[in-house]
Amino acid sequence: MIFYVSALLIIGIGIYAIIIKKNLIKIIIGLDLIETGINLLIVSIGYINGKTAPIFSKGVMNASRMVDSVPQALTLTSIVIGASELALAAAFVVLLYRKYGTLDVRKIRSLRW
Amino acid sequence: MSIYVLIFSYILLALTIILSLLAIHVKDLIAAVILMGGGSLLVSLVFLLLQAPDVAMSEAAIGAALTMAIYIIAVKKTEREDKDD
Amino acid sequence: MIRKIVYGIFILIIVAAVSMFLMSYPFGSDKMDVGKYYLENTVPQTGAANVVTSVTLFYRGFDTLGEVTVLFTAALGVSILYFIEDKKRKTRIVESNFVTKVGTRVVFPFILLVGAYIFMHGHLTPGGGFQGGALIATGFLLLYLAYEETSINRAKFYLVEGLGGLTYVTMGLLGYFMKDSFLANVLPNGQLFNLLSGGIILPIYIGVGLKVGSELSNIIDDLMCEVKCDGGEE
Repeated sequence: MIFYVSALLIIGIGIYAIIIKKNLIKIIIGLDLIETGINLLIVSIGYINGKTAPIFSKGVMNASRMVDSVPQALTLTSIVIGASELALAAAFVVLLYRKYGTLDVRKIRSLRW
Repeated sequence: MSIYVLIFSYILLALTIILSLLAIHVKDLIAAVILMGGGSLLVSLVFLLLQAPDVAMSEAAIGAALTMAIYIIAVKKTEREDKDD
Repeated sequence: MIRKIVYGIFILIIVAAVSMFLMSYPFGSDKMDVGKYYLENTVPQTGAANVVTSVTLFYRGFDTLGEVTVLFTAALGVSILYFIEDKKRKTRIVESNFVTKVGTRVVFPFILLVGAYIFMHGHLTPGGGFQGGALIATGFLLLYLAYEETSINRAKFYLVEGLGGLTYVTMGLLGYFMKDSFLANVLPNGQLFNLLSGGIILPIYIGVGLKVGSELSNIIDDLMCEVKCDGGEE
């Protein structure tokens, strides 16, 4: 139960950082915290007490002693997509600083023609 | 899980929440990025204790190493301190 | 100050409401529905020992094709934003000392070897194409940090990336023309715990590993460029 509450708290801290903070790098850190919290929530839903990792080997050949394997496959996809979106966001931040000279969100929004 | 593994994972989750709270509050931007990378590494350890070795390896290689390198390059090309707010 | 407290209490109320909703899935109870079918039918139908790999590439192979497309689009976006006309660039951000230079020369081939090992044994041990590709890109990042005049040959990296993506789509079309559906199993299953087993999983993961490694190396090469990047300014 503590796993669910702490994963939701990490998502809540990320949403707080996106709404309140005014520096662009702090907003991107908030995006990464939301991704981490969601991955932790999905993997901890698929856990069953007393069972082991879903890989066949010479010691574990019985299929009824394994944890659910579908949430782990979906979390693999989610981690890679999150990393690629954050790389694109970091490239945008460097170009914005070169054009406007500041990283404050309030000043960048008010420089419109 | 046995009782010792459960208490160990609770300590790791509490440390992750403290590190992420500090990461959005600190003024020095490189310190914020390093704190977030440390939190990602601790979450990778929790994935291993939840019997998911594929996800733990993926989070440690992509989330804690490559993402931190890209952020440090981005901070180095812009300003280092947080002057706003 | 008032805004921060009001937003903080609002977010705490949302967290409490969602966790009340999650009370109906107790932590650690047996709730497998589709997973039971995948666990029992992996070894007869596929011949791979890693169940997560066979779910990613065999039962849900079309979603992995979409994920590879998303990664390709992000690398394309970064390349378009940093388009440079000048051929000569300096790529140095940090100073490096003697230990880094000599140590990198020793460690770099082993990093490439471990990365290749991880994506080739994806159907036997925990691992796969994405983890191995990330390791290869980290090896090239170490090379950038140690030596000043590093610049990778981008034309050859684009060729490797294209061949990797072409392998994935070719295996899918082979399944369509030789059997009944896209990405069907056309290669023999083999014996359990052998290297050459698992049907179509081994060729596809070799293609995906090379593709992801070269794409992430291209992204890092774009971001590290310093002088003469924006038409002549400093």
